[in-house]
Amino acid sequence: MTTRSLGEPVARREDPRLLSGQGRYVDDIGTGALEVAFVRSPHAHARIVDIDVTGALDVDGIVAIYTHEDLPGRVGEPLPLLIPHDALTHGRTPYPLAKDEVNHVGEPIVMVVATDRYVAEDACDRIQVEFDFLPPVVGIEVARDAEHLVHDDVPGNVAARLVQESGDARAAVAQAPHVLELDLEIERSASMPMEGKAVFARWDADDTSLRVYTSTQASTSVRAAVAAKLELPADRVEVVAPDVGGGFGVKIVHPWPEEILVPWAAVTLGREVKWTEDRREHFVSSAHERGQLQHVKVGFDSEGRLHGLDVTIWHDNGAYTPYGIIVPIITTTQLLGPYKPGAYRAECFSLYTNTVIVTPYRGAGRPQGCFAMERTMDAIADHLGLDRAVVRERNFIRPDEMPYDHGLVFQDGRPLIYDSGDYPASLDKLKKLIGWDEFDDYRAAARAEGRQVGIGMACYVEGTGVGPYEGGFVKVETDGSVVVATGLTTQGQGHQTAFAQIVADELGVPVEKVTVTTGDTRRFKYAVGTFASRAAVMSGNAVALAARNVREKALRIAGEALEADPRDLEIVDGIVQVKGTPGATVPLSTVAVLSNPLRYAFDEETQRATQFATPGDPEKPPVAEDDEPGLEGTDYYSPARSTFANGMHAAIVEIDPDTAEISILRYCVVHDCGTLINPRIVEGQIHGGVAQGVAGALYERMVYDDAGQLLNASFMDFLMPYATEVPRIEADHLETPSPLNPLGIKGAGEAGVIPGASVLASAIEDAEGFRISRMPISPSELYELRQRHERREQNTTNTKDSR
Amino acid sequence: MKPSGFTYHRPQTVDEALDVLGRVGPEGKVLAGGQSLVPMMNMRLAAPAELIDINRLTALDYVQVEGDGAGAAVRVGATARHTTVERDTAAFTVLPLLRQALSHVAHSTIRNQGTTVGSLVHADPAGEMTAVLALLDGSVEVRSAHGARCVSASDFFVGPLESCLEPDELATSAVFPVPEGRSGSAWLEVARRHGDYAVCGVGAVLRLDGDARVVAARTGYISVDATPVVLDLGEVIGRVPYDTADWDAAGRYAAAQLQPEGDIHASAAYRRQLAGVLTSRALSAAARHALARHDIMTEVPQ
Ligand SMILES: Cc1cc2nc3c(=O)[nH]c(=O)nc-3n(C[C@H](O)[C@H](O)[C@H](O)COP(=O)(O)OP(=O)(O)OC[C@H]3O[C@@H](n4cnc5c(N)ncnc54)[C@H](O)[C@@H]3O)c2cc1C
Repeated sequence: MTTRSLGEPVARREDPRLLSGQGRYVDDIGTGALEVAFVRSPHAHARIVDIDVTGALDVDGIVAIYTHEDLPGRVGEPLPLLIPHDALTHGRTPYPLAKDEVNHVGEPIVMVVATDRYVAEDACDRIQVEFDFLPPVVGIEVARDAEHLVHDDVPGNVAARLVQESGDARAAVAQAPHVLELDLEIERSASMPMEGKAVFARWDADDTSLRVYTSTQASTSVRAAVAAKLELPADRVEVVAPDVGGGFGVKIVHPWPEEILVPWAAVTLGREVKWTEDRREHFVSSAHERGQLQHVKVGFDSEGRLHGLDVTIWHDNGAYTPYGIIVPIITTTQLLGPYKPGAYRAECFSLYTNTVIVTPYRGAGRPQGCFAMERTMDAIADHLGLDRAVVRERNFIRPDEMPYDHGLVFQDGRPLIYDSGDYPASLDKLKKLIGWDEFDDYRAAARAEGRQVGIGMACYVEGTGVGPYEGGFVKVETDGSVVVATGLTTQGQGHQTAFAQIVADELGVPVEKVTVTTGDTRRFKYAVGTFASRAAVMSGNAVALAARNVREKALRIAGEALEADPRDLEIVDGIVQVKGTPGATVPLSTVAVLSNPLRYAFDEETQRATQFATPGDPEKPPVAEDDEPGLEGTDYYSPARSTFANGMHAAIVEIDPDTAEISILRYCVVHDCGTLINPRIVEGQIHGGVAQGVAGALYERMVYDDAGQLLNASFMDFLMPYATEVPRIEADHLETPSPLNPLGIKGAGEAGVIPGASVLASAIEDAEGFRISRMPISPSELYELRQRHERREQNTTNTKDSR
Repeated sequence: MKPSGFTYHRPQTVDEALDVLGRVGPEGKVLAGGQSLVPMMNMRLAAPAELIDINRLTALDYVQVEGDGAGAAVRVGATARHTTVERDTAAFTVLPLLRQALSHVAHSTIRNQGTTVGSLVHADPAGEMTAVLALLDGSVEVRSAHGARCVSASDFFVGPLESCLEPDELATSAVFPVPEGRSGSAWLEVARRHGDYAVCGVGAVLRLDGDARVVAARTGYISVDATPVVLDLGEVIGRVPYDTADWDAAGRYAAAQLQPEGDIHASAAYRRQLAGVLTSRALSAAARHALARHDIMTEVPQ
C-alpha cells in the first residue's frame, strides 16, 4: 500500500522555498513597471476644498496624476458593499479616490504614477490639498454619543443594529435567582501581515487582456470586481495571487481601491503599473479589528447554570462598511461558545468612527464574543464561590445533545447548529495538561517565595468551513505527476502540503508527485476565498472529491488495458495493479496517456502506451459521448452549513509585584478540529494564533488621539510581540470528526487566537484578585489598576449583582 | 517610505570626511550604522541633501583601554559597532557597565550595525549609552576641519534627539572613565518587548570600602526626561555596610527627584514607580557586583 499520508505530520513542502528567499511575491514581479504612490488624507474628517498638483508636474519621472475627477464611469463610483444585510440599514463605502470628503487619516485622495516609487513619493510631497475641517468622531463612546456625525446622513452614527434572539432573555434574566452585570472592553488591533497589500497590472492591448497580480485572499472575486469596474468581459481578465506574505483577514476585503485603480491605470496608460503598500500605509489605510464595548446581563442559579444572557455590544466599524457586518454577526453568535445560554439576546450597534475601516482579522469577532462569555463565566464562579472549571462544565452542551441547534442565524445565513464536539472531554484534557486541580499548592509555594501567580482558562467554539462552495481540479500528467488546482488562495497555511496529502491518499500516489496551485484564475475559475478557517474543509474536500473522480476514471481505463474488472484494481505508489495478481500492472502515467486518444509518440510514455492501446471500435467515436480526454477531474464541495471546531486554553502567569510586568509561565491548548490532515500544520496554525492571541491580550492596540491620528503607526510603537514574548505552547488534540463532510475535518486557521485575551484576563484576575474587564492590558495599566484598587476607587468588580 | 534624493559621499579618511562636512554645511548628515538615521530618512522625518558615510573610516573602528588607576578609561572610536564594544574583553574587565548596558540596546542584528558613538550623537533620551556616558562623567571627542574639542556628557546632550554637535563636526570617539576603587555596577530596565527602547532604565555605579561600606553611589536614568539624568545617592544611602543599606528608601528618594512624563506605553506615575523600583534593585545588584568583583580580584596572584 502507498503509505497513508493523511493524518501524518508531513513537513511543509513549501517551507524550503519560502524560508530560503525563493518566494515570489507581487513586488518581485513586474520589475521596471511604473510605480504608484498615493497622497492620503492627513486628517480624520474634512471636506476637500481644493487639490493643487501643479507643484508636482515638473518632478522628473512623473507619468500621471489622478484625482477623483479623472476616474471615468464605474471606476469613479463608490466601492461595492460586498455583503449587504437587512440590519445594515446605513451601509457606506468609500470612493477609490476621495470625492469631496475624507473620513479617516490614510484615505487615498490623489494617485501618482511615476517611473519609480521614490519619484512618486517626491511628487506626493509637492501636491497641496486644502481642507475644511469637520469634527472627528473617534472612539466608541464618542460615536455612540453622536454629538457629531461621521456621515451626515447616518443618524446616531449607527450603520447597523443587529439583534440575535432565542427565547425571552430579558424575562429569563429577570426571573433568575442571581443576576450579574459586566461592562467590558476590547481594543483594536490588526492583521499586520508581513507583506502588505500589493497590486501589479499588465494590459496586453493586442490580446485585449488584462493580467492582475494582487496580494489577496480572494483572487476570483477580485477578477469579477475588476472586470465589472473596468467594464471588461471577465473572460479577458486574469487575476493571480502569487506567494502571499500573510493575510490574516485583511486581504479578504476586495476590491481595495488600489485593486481597481492600478489595473485601470495600466489599461489607461498602456503600461505596466505596480503599487506596493508600505507599512505606514498599511497601518492607516488597510483595516483594523476588535474594538468593542460590551454590557452583559446574565441570570443564573446557585449551581452557576445560565438561565438567560442579555448582551449589548457597541462595535466600532470605522469609517466605512465595505465588508458589511460580518464581525458583529460572528461576535453575537460565537459568543455562546460551548455553552447553553438559557434564553439569549444580543443587540449590537455597529458604529461609524473617523478611523480606519474594521473588517475581519483572524478570529473575526470571536475573540470579543469569547471575552464576553468567558469573563461572565469567571464572574459567576467568583460570585458563587465555585471553581471556574466547574461553572463552565455545568453549562456545556453535552456530546449526546449534538447536533445542537442554538436557534440563531450564523454568518453564512444558515442556522447556527453545532455538528459535533465533546466539550467535557476537552476540559478534562485541559485540566490535566495544566494541572488545574493542583494549582492551589503551586500558588501557595510561590507565595511563600514572594511570587505572585495566577491561573486562567477560556473555552470557545469556532464555526469553520463556511460555504457556499469550493472546487478542485486534479490531473494526472503523462509522466505520472499530479497537478492539483483550487481557486482559493494561500497565504502561508501549508496548502501545498495538506491538499497534496489528501490527493495523494485518494489517488494512491506518493505526496512528492503532487503539485498544488491556488488562487490563480487561469487554473481554476470558481472560488470563494480563504477566510473563516474554511480552506481545508472546503478545498480539502473538493480536491478529495475531484481525486475520487480521477481515480474512478483511472481504474476504468486501467481495467480495459489489463482486461480486469475495475473493482479488482488498486493503486499503489502510482501503479494500478490487480489485487493479488503480481505482474498485472499499469502505471498511472500510462493510464494518463491512454486517456487521451491523440497520442503522438513524442516521448517514451506514449510509445509504451501503444502496446496497451485497444484497437477502437471503428464505428464509435474515439472519445465516447459521456467521456472526456485526459486523466483529470473537477468537483465541488458545497456543505449545507458550517462545521464547528472548538478549543480550550489555560495559562499560568506570574506578575511582578512591583513593576506589574506579566510573564506567561505556561500556556496550554486543547484543540479539536475533527480529523487532522496534518498535525504539524495544525500545531503551526495554533502557535501562530496563540502568538496573535497573546498580542491582543498584552501588547497590540491602535492608539488614536481625539483628532483621529494613529499615534503608533509603526512597528516601533505598535507592539507586535517578538518570539521572545510568545510563550512555549503545550498543545493536545481531540479528534471529533465532523459528520458534515467526507473527510470529517473542521477548520483550524483561527483557533489559536480566539481565547487569548480571555484566558490571560482570567489568569491576571486570578493573580491580582480584582476584576479585569478591559484588554489588552499593559504593565502600566495594571499598575494604575492596582493603585485604584488599593484606593478602593474602583468599582471593584465592574460587575454588580442587581439582586 | 522612500527617502528623498541625496548626494552620497564616502570619504576614506577622517580628514576627507571633515573636509566634506565643512563644505556641505547644514545640508549634510553623517551616516554611521544607519540604524536610526535610515528609518528617519525613509519616513522623510529627515531629508539631508548630502549624506556622508563614515563606514570607511576604519581608523575609528576601535575600542581601547587607556591609562590605569584613577585616570583609566575606555575609548570607543566612531565606527566601532555596539557589538564590538559589548564583546571587548579588556573593556569589560575594567568597565563591566558597558556590556551590562549594551546587552539591552535593541537586538543583536541592530547592535551588529549600529555604533555606540552614533547612539550618543543621536541623543535619544531612551538610548542606554547616553545615560552610561553621563553616569560615568564621560565625554565625546569632536573634530571639524577647524580643530578638535572634547565635550563632557553634561554639555553634550542638549535635548531629545539633540546633541551639541555643529553641522560640520564629526564625533570621533567617546571616552567612558573607569570608576575608581572597589566599585560595582548594574544596568536594569523595563521594556515592553525584549530589546525595545526601555520604558525606564537605570544604571548604578557603587563603590564600597574595605569593610564593604557604601562610599559612593550614583545612578543614571533613561526615558524619564529629555536628556539622561544622573543622581548622586551616596548621601541618601549613607556610609553603611552594604547589607544594611536601605535600597528601597534610596529608590523612593530617587523616584521623587525625577519628573517623568507619560506616553502611549506608560503613565508618568508608572515610570516613576519603575524608576524607584529599578533604582533600589540596581543599587543592590551593583553592591553585590562590587563585592564579587573584589573577591575575584583578590584571588588573582599578584
Ligand atoms: C529596532 C531598533 C531598536 C533599537 N533599540 C535601541 C535601544 O533599545 N537602545 C538604543 O540605545 N538604541 C536603540 N536603537 C538605535 C541603535 O542603537 C542605533 O544604532 C543608534 O541609535 C545610532 O547608531 P548608528 O550608528 O546606527 O547611527 P546612525 O543611524 O547612522 O546615525 C544616527 C544619528 O547620529 C549622527 N551620527 C552618527 N555618528 C556620528 C558621528 N560619528 N559624528 C557625527 N554624527 C554622527 C547621524 O548623522 C544621525 O543623525 C534601535 C534601533 C532600531 C532600528
